[in-house]
Amino acid sequence: MFQMPEIIRELCNGCGLCVLVCSCKGLVLIENMAVIVETVECDYCTLCEAVCPTGAIRCPYEIVIEEC
Amino acid sequence: MSVDIEFLKSIPYFAGLDVAELESIRRLVFERTAQRDEFIFQEGEPAQALYFVVSGVVKMFKTSAEGKEQILCIIRPGESFNDVAVFDNGPNVASATAMAPVVLYGINKTDVGVIIRDHPQVAANVTRVLAERVRHFASLVEDLSFRTVLSRVAKLLLEYAENGRKAERPRLTQQEMAAMVGTAREIVGRSLRALEEKGAIRIDRHRIVLIDKEALRETVGEMM
Repeated sequence: MFQMPEIIRELCNGCGLCVLVCSCKGLVLIENMAVIVETVECDYCTLCEAVCPTGAIRCPYEIVIEEC
Repeated sequence: MSVDIEFLKSIPYFAGLDVAELESIRRLVFERTAQRDEFIFQEGEPAQALYFVVSGVVKMFKTSAEGKEQILCIIRPGESFNDVAVFDNGPNVASATAMAPVVLYGINKTDVGVIIRDHPQVAANVTRVLAERVRHFASLVEDLSFRTVLSRVAKLLLEYAENGRKAERPRLTQQEMAAMVGTAREIVGRSLRALEEKGAIRIDRHRIVLIDKEALRETVGEMM
C-alpha cells in the first residue's frame, strides 16, 4: 500500500487548510471533512500535518535500521 | 471588496470592542491576496503593515547565509503577523510567504498607531498578543541556541530503532517526536534534515532509515 498521511476523523474541524497547502491534490473536503486521495504525486512533505490546527492529520514515520 | 466585521470581531486584537468601534477600524483595513509561495514581505525590508490571515496559511521564516530556511511560526486564519516590526518601527524580522492561496487583511503601520490611540482596549489586547509571541519565540530561541535537541533526536532514533521488533513499534509523527524530546515540531524537522545532511539517516518518504549508527552515537555523545 502506498503510504499517505492519515486523518483522525473525530478531530477534523473541516477548516480545509490541509487541502489548501497540498500541492499534489492529495486531500479534498467532503461533507466538511478532510479526506485523503491516494496519489503517487504525494511526496510526504508533511505540510498538511504542520498546518492542521487540531492535530487531525498524522504523517507517521517508520524508524528502521538499514539492512546491510 | 468589503471587510467582514464579524471576522474583525473574532480577531484577538479587537476582542471586546463594540460595533461602532469595529466600524471605525474597518475603514482602515485593506484586503490583500497572495498565491502559493508568493512573498508577502521579506526579512529586513521596512515594515509596511500589520496583517491578519482571513483564509489560507502563511509561514514566517528566516533564511541562513547558507540558504537554509527555519520556520518561526505558521499563521492560521484569525491570527496576526508582522506585529513586532510594526510596533518597534524596525524592519521586518522575518520573511512571510503564502503556503496556499491566501486572503489577508492589512492595516498600515501609521493607522495601527491611530487605532491604538483611539481604542485603549486594543492596546490591552495587543499586550496580550505580544506577550504570547515573546513566549513562543523564547522557547524557540532556547531550542535553536543549544545543540542538545539534535542530540536528543539522534538518541530517540537510536533507542527507538533498537528497541523491540519492528512490527511492534508504533510509527511516530514529527509532532510526537517533538513531544518526546521536549521541543517544537519545527525543530524536529530541522534536526532530521541536519542528520540527513550528516549522512547519519536517510528519509525515505515515510521511513527514517538509520544508515550510520556510529554517526548518530557521536551526535548523542557530543552533548554528554
